[in-house]
Amino acid sequence: MKYMLMFCKSDMDDRRFEAMTEAQRAHLFQQVADWQTEYQSSFVDQGYRLGPAQTATTLRHKDGGVIITDGPFVEGGEVVGGYSIVDVPDLDRALRIARAFPACPTVEIRPVLQ
Amino acid sequence: MPDSRDSASPAVAALAALADVFRDEAAQLTATLVRALGDFELAEELVQDAMVTAMERWPIEGVPRRPGAWLLTVARHRGLDVLRRDARHRAKLTLLERPIQPEPDDRLRLIFTCCHPALAREVQVALTLRVVCGFGVHEIARAFLTSEAAIAQRLVRARRKIKDTGIPYRVPDPDEVDERLNEALAVLYLVFNEGYLTSAGDQPQRRDLTDDAEWLATLLVKLLPDEPEVLGLLALIRLHRARSDARFDERGHLVLLRDQDRSRWDHAAIAAASRLVLDAGRLHRPGQYQVQAAIVACHAEAPSWEATDWPQILALYDTLITVAPSPVASLNRAIAVRYVHGPAAALAEVECIAPELSRYRLVHATRAELLRDLGRPVEARLADEQALALTSNPAERTLLEQRLT
Repeated sequence: MKYMLMFCKSDMDDRRFEAMTEAQRAHLFQQVADWQTEYQSSFVDQGYRLGPAQTATTLRHKDGGVIITDGPFVEGGEVVGGYSIVDVPDLDRALRIARAFPACPTVEIRPVLQ
Repeated sequence: MPDSRDSASPAVAALAALADVFRDEAAQLTATLVRALGDFELAEELVQDAMVTAMERWPIEGVPRRPGAWLLTVARHRGLDVLRRDARHRAKLTLLERPIQPEPDDRLRLIFTCCHPALAREVQVALTLRVVCGFGVHEIARAFLTSEAAIAQRLVRARRKIKDTGIPYRVPDPDEVDERLNEALAVLYLVFNEGYLTSAGDQPQRRDLTDDAEWLATLLVKLLPDEPEVLGLLALIRLHRARSDARFDERGHLVLLRDQDRSRWDHAAIAAASRLVLDAGRLHRPGQYQVQAAIVACHAEAPSWEATDWPQILALYDTLITVAPSPVASLNRAIAVRYVHGPAAALAEVECIAPELSRYRLVHATRAELLRDLGRPVEARLADEQALALTSNPAERTLLEQRLT
């Protein structure tokens, strides 16, 4: 069986991260790298960190049209149901693929940090 | 309304003249630099620097014969200075060392980037005014009655979002143009309305946004001559502006359409704008701006309030509600119903829309008028009070206060 692990965080976690010293961050990154090494054989996709919420764009199918808005999806009751990672030149190409996805009315698009 | 530039001091007039030059040159200059550098933020910073230099030197040396070329040279030199100091920009440095040629459709790309739907509306507006129309931060802040710090922050957020999210700098693909153009037209119309309605406060020194909106619409028509909705919006803006002198009396009080002195309208401009509506219609792709322009043309061509062709206006509102349904369009349709089918029918329609628009002052003002027509003054007065409580525009307040006294 395959599982997608969705790592959630809040504004408070972001602030805690920002307040860290360089050394503390390096230590944390090392811990993550160790974790990846330890479970290497189990990963199908090692995963990436996503851009911050301000870089999010949300696409919604509504009344036969598409509405594109600035920001992450926020409506109550909406949860992440799956994910794809696409490699395209710019946001418009990503939006084109997202709007063509037939099985979900709302898609949040965020750049993946490499 | 009097043109604020007429009564302004010579220094203010000189600045206004510079603003016109900047507006004509800023977008082309920014567009050229974004294309050459592939960096929106840096391009914008260089343009801003060039403009500051121009503000210092032009009043003394005079406006150069080719202001655009002058600004590009200054921006390029400034760019070379900035990039030489920063090792991270080596690759960009070589881009600036080559000669830069403007391309004809550069500004169109810039407009589509500034009006990208992934940016919030207020951000699109600020960015368009700044980048396409060459507004200074203080001018945007004054136009929208916000602090300069808030606008500056909005612009910083916009640039960061464009960069981090990968918002492209190009004209959308043909199958995307309609949708993206609607976004740009919505931004433009908002700029126009903000200037036309002056939603709050007395701001005699404010830059005339309706002037910039018309300029932007003219630019878009030039860049996209076969888009009927662009023509429609330009016609709509010109039809409103052709009548703007009659909207206020000598004391600055708002005059309703029915009471306006129609001899003060610019009838030549109205005829020219009406022809634009017909030109747009010949492209056979109807849309909300064309229909709105047709409605305004119908009013503008009527020799008097009594001679208004209400059945035609009602038919146009029916079309508008089909192409672009909205509660505000329904409210305006109800006003046409009043003159075709009478106040009782109109009031029934307004009551239907009222719950959806309870925070919209004109719903209450319209209800008040209909109730007065129907001989129900007590309820009318209550509705006027509700309208007044929701109005911040001083001219509209005066009008409503007169009704209450």
